[in-house]
Amino acid sequence: MEILLNLIDKNALVFGFLVIGLIVLFSDIVSKKILKGKIPGSAIAIFLGLVLGYLGGVFIGGEKGLSDIQIFKGVGFLGGAMFRDFAIVATAMGASLYLVRRAGLLGMISLVLGVFLFFSIGVIIAYLWGFRDAASLCTIGAGACTYIVGPVTGAAVGASSEVIALSIATGVVKTIVVTIFTPIVAKRIHLNSPESAMAYGGLMGTSSGVAAGLAATDPKLVPYGAVTATFYTGVGCLLCPSVFFIVLKIILE
Amino acid sequence: MNIYGVALLALAYLLGQWMGEILGELIGIDANVGGVGFAMVILMLLKEWFVKKSLFTYEMESGMDFWNKLYIPVVIAMAASLNVKSAVSAGTLAIAAGFIPVAVCFVVFPLIIKNFSPKNHGDTAQSD
Repeated sequence: MEILLNLIDKNALVFGFLVIGLIVLFSDIVSKKILKGKIPGSAIAIFLGLVLGYLGGVFIGGEKGLSDIQIFKGVGFLGGAMFRDFAIVATAMGASLYLVRRAGLLGMISLVLGVFLFFSIGVIIAYLWGFRDAASLCTIGAGACTYIVGPVTGAAVGASSEVIALSIATGVVKTIVVTIFTPIVAKRIHLNSPESAMAYGGLMGTSSGVAAGLAATDPKLVPYGAVTATFYTGVGCLLCPSVFFIVLKIILE
Repeated sequence: MNIYGVALLALAYLLGQWMGEILGELIGIDANVGGVGFAMVILMLLKEWFVKKSLFTYEMESGMDFWNKLYIPVVIAMAASLNVKSAVSAGTLAIAAGFIPVAVCFVVFPLIIKNFSPKNHGDTAQSD
């Protein structure tokens, strides 16, 4: 047993491939045999991933879900920023440059509107929960954009570390919510074309959530959603600690 | 050769990320701004150019396609590595601030599509 554990430890990424393969296999069987194809296997697999991430946090108490468990660290590497971004870029090979250009304006409008909406609703909720100082409100509003905008903004405006941690948690909740609900509401909100996917990516922003949600909806839409979503964090980091913070301060005074 | 496809993808990826880092530094924020988006556009341009010059072989495409197809497994691995527990147990504020804006956007989204979709010739910036 110890030999096997050592082997897995040395070949963490390869073991990660095996683990993810088994999750996909299990989800596919559940999708086909039990749910009769009503929910796609990939959606079940992504949801299962979240559940495993939760369990990892419960048993080990680290910050990286399942991959904090030593033998599953390869899963964390496979799901880390490098492989994630590399695979997202690869999806562009199936996308049409013509469509991306044509929906460029739509994407840009959704991008700015999305950052503004998430920030302001986040601020209002933080206000209702009793926060009154501009730095905390701004940081939580930024966290409602993505879990990267939150801490970047918090550091810039001088928020406390508790508030920064809260903003990260807010961003992660958003990612999870978008991941789970995108395939559920896709039909109802007419998320079914490359154009609408670009607008969706801009509006929702969280690259991981949008990409995962679209993957579970229709893999063909992933590159279009990702191409705008990837600018969201940048726009958020740009606007939240500067313009939005100043406006917020003026409103509060 | 498959590796040509993978190498082309790697080239686009690195160039794009590099542009994202530079743009982040130019506007003075400590983050990569749109690196993945730039990389995707670069990949589309490169691919178009290779196809035009008939240099894009089937093998190249399958080298790239492998990573394209690996995308969902990577997302599953990513989901499993999120800090789900702390997000769920961070209290009601994190859950409300993470959930409510998304719900609002589900309502707003069809309106944006209706007003600005290129299909409907909504090419002006009117937000009525």
